[in-house]
Amino acid sequence: MSDFLQILIAAVAVGSTYALLALGYTLVYGVLKFINFAHSDVFVLGAWTSFTASMFVTQRMNVDPAHAPWWVGLCVLLAAISVASTVAYCIERFAYRPLRKSPRLNVLITAIGVSLLLQNVGQLTGPAVVRETPTTVTKAAADLTPAERASETTKINGEQAQVQVQGKPLATLPFGSSPRSMPVLLPDAVLNETTAATGVMDGGSRRGMVKLDKPVTLEEGRTYSLQTERLDASGKPTGERETLGVASPAGTYEKGTDIRTQPARNAKDVQGAAYTLTIAPEVPIRLLDVLIVVSALVLMAGLEILVYRTKLGTAMRAISYNVETAQLMGINVNLVISFTFVLGAALAAAAGFLYPMKYPGLNQPAHQIWVLLGLKAFVAAVVGGIGNIRGAVLGGFLIALVEMFGAFYISTKLSDVFVFAILIFVLLVRPSGILGTTVREKV
Amino acid sequence: MAATGALGASIPKHRPSSEQLLRTAVLPWFVVLVLAVLAQIVLQPLLGEYGAKVARQAGIFIIAAVSLNVVNGFTGQFSMGHAGFMAVGGYVAAFTTYYGSMVLYGSADKLAYPVVAGVTLPLTTGHLLMLAGIALGGCVAAVLGLLVGLPSLRLRGDYLAIVTLGFGEIVRVLLELSGPQMFTAAEVKDATVKQWLSFPVGGSLGFSGIPTYADAFWVFLLAAGTCLIAYRIKQSSSGRAFLSIREDEIAARAMGINLTAYKVRAFVFAAFFGGVAGGLLVHSGVPSQPSIAGFQASFEIIIMVVLGGLGSISGAVLAAIILSVLPEMLRNLAEFRLILYALLLIVMMLVRPKGLFGVREVWELGRGGGSGGGGGGSVSGGGGR
Repeated sequence: MSDFLQILIAAVAVGSTYALLALGYTLVYGVLKFINFAHSDVFVLGAWTSFTASMFVTQRMNVDPAHAPWWVGLCVLLAAISVASTVAYCIERFAYRPLRKSPRLNVLITAIGVSLLLQNVGQLTGPAVVRETPTTVTKAAADLTPAERASETTKINGEQAQVQVQGKPLATLPFGSSPRSMPVLLPDAVLNETTAATGVMDGGSRRGMVKLDKPVTLEEGRTYSLQTERLDASGKPTGERETLGVASPAGTYEKGTDIRTQPARNAKDVQGAAYTLTIAPEVPIRLLDVLIVVSALVLMAGLEILVYRTKLGTAMRAISYNVETAQLMGINVNLVISFTFVLGAALAAAAGFLYPMKYPGLNQPAHQIWVLLGLKAFVAAVVGGIGNIRGAVLGGFLIALVEMFGAFYISTKLSDVFVFAILIFVLLVRPSGILGTTVREKV
Repeated sequence: MAATGALGASIPKHRPSSEQLLRTAVLPWFVVLVLAVLAQIVLQPLLGEYGAKVARQAGIFIIAAVSLNVVNGFTGQFSMGHAGFMAVGGYVAAFTTYYGSMVLYGSADKLAYPVVAGVTLPLTTGHLLMLAGIALGGCVAAVLGLLVGLPSLRLRGDYLAIVTLGFGEIVRVLLELSGPQMFTAAEVKDATVKQWLSFPVGGSLGFSGIPTYADAFWVFLLAAGTCLIAYRIKQSSSGRAFLSIREDEIAARAMGINLTAYKVRAFVFAAFFGGVAGGLLVHSGVPSQPSIAGFQASFEIIIMVVLGGLGSISGAVLAAIILSVLPEMLRNLAEFRLILYALLLIVMMLVRPKGLFGVREVWELGRGGGSGGGGGGSVSGGGGR
């Protein structure tokens, strides 16, 4: 049961990013009637821009990305959205707009071309934007190269010379061809855990023992941990954290009794450190997951309002219904289509920011994993009914559920196969998707 | 079946004279054969070992591009999983040849080529095994094409693109899950049913040691044969149906064309010859890995078709040759190659959306003004009707 709930939570978190991506496919399909194959690449662009921006900002501010203040995440998100929107506008303006009257096949091919272009330009390794802090190397003055001798940072003291060596690039332009790890900028904590004891590791006769503030039940077969953080002389936390195991046997412990901790590898490191013993729940609900889902839902709600409650949204729906008539009604078709396109890209960029918060491994832009992600989101849009906004959201969650549960209960490797099996099944049974409506083509 | 006219007057059945029969049915195949023999004799001394290898590669991609052209070019549907069909055909063919050789000859080494009157002939029982494997691979690919095509071809074209793209990925994942390869004849002899059922083609490690029977003769025999068949189809009533579907589905249906049936026909044809191309590919010394089914491989074939002209067989041939030779020349530009391809696709669609030759063949370029009236108008009137 706990597995089931944990997978459900993960699926909802991933599903919300799929839904954001699927919305982009559906919006563009709604107004332009073609599959925007470059959409997944805009998503990748969002993800990698988030990475570069977060590296850049945190280095300038001189903070550890993992402990950056909350508004850094917001800035990074805005940076990703603005870069992706600009690129998407250019794509629409220069690649798709000239083809608006040509057969759909040609637009599809152009979309593939744009997708390949974005992927492979992203793969190029250009100049570094962010580097590790430079290190200083001591060298014999005679061994200096002319460039090192000319450099201002080189200090020569007699025979010895201090040479500053540039740090390794952390982020390059455009994005580079090696995978990176995204720093998690959103705050993370387990929401439903209980703090059972707090205090300072005192050592002495009660070495490694922790007095409980609350009664605690340790269950068989589960692992518990004790977080410690070193304090400086004035009692302020220093940020040096250590995790210890809990060694006491399973059973119920009353308030005020002691629990034994697993001795740390170097026990004196935790000597005098503040500690908290938290009892993790069987099904942890992480703040990160909640934030991902909430941000996605806020964006979706905003989109819903935009499309159904504003004049611009009405124009979008009118164009989706009939371009010629919409034009006759005085709608600036080019403007609205561009806007829709940029809107889709902004949602994709937001998904590109949120997704690596959950799975921080960023693969190089042309990696097939990205294309697969985009495909899954597209399948979500089709399953929900392409062109239908609520359908895309429904499809996104559905695909994530199928993928996650399929991976856990049947086979990890086959999980992508299930997604496509669903697609084919839906195409056979209800080609217009769950919430879609069929439109008869007329001469 | 003697046809009767609308007024009941019998129309004499058209019977081709033997001379006509010779010209239309025998001569082209003879030319194909001569081409293949020429390729076998000329390529190696003219281009050297490496050049001949690239030429064979080009021949294989000709088959792939021309067959995909039947779906993407003639019929105007958009298949993006051609590499998936190639991989299926390739792995089935490789399976047949490799394990067939193991069982029949005790090892998967190439058999000695017979020498007749001082000429080494690329014809051994191993080659026959390869041909059987290729035919089998083509058939399996065609059956899969039918299974994938039936549901998606009933719907609008875009769905086919996505379903085929997904199909390629599924093939890749399934090939990665296949069983470990058996390397010795003894292993093959003792293999259990379960081992055979796991399709022992090496999983993600790839299938190695496949005898390289795909000599220039066979590659170009099949390549030229595929082109001939595709050309004949283009000139036949089926071909005209394909082109009419591509130009306007509603009008085509009004003319009494069964859209789904013709689309599926084109798709199955493409899948079969895609499988054949894959069969040759695995026998040409290229490492057989599941990634040959991936969409990047499919994209390359799509680029060939689009570049050559959607619907032009000679265009596809030309593009296949160019795009097989070009990467060899652009070796030191490796990372810029795909950027170049992408720009080529975009610019092509903006400037010349029908590809280099459009629906016409190279030798028809001078004729007529533009391709007015869509596909039908620009296809030269072949056949006797």
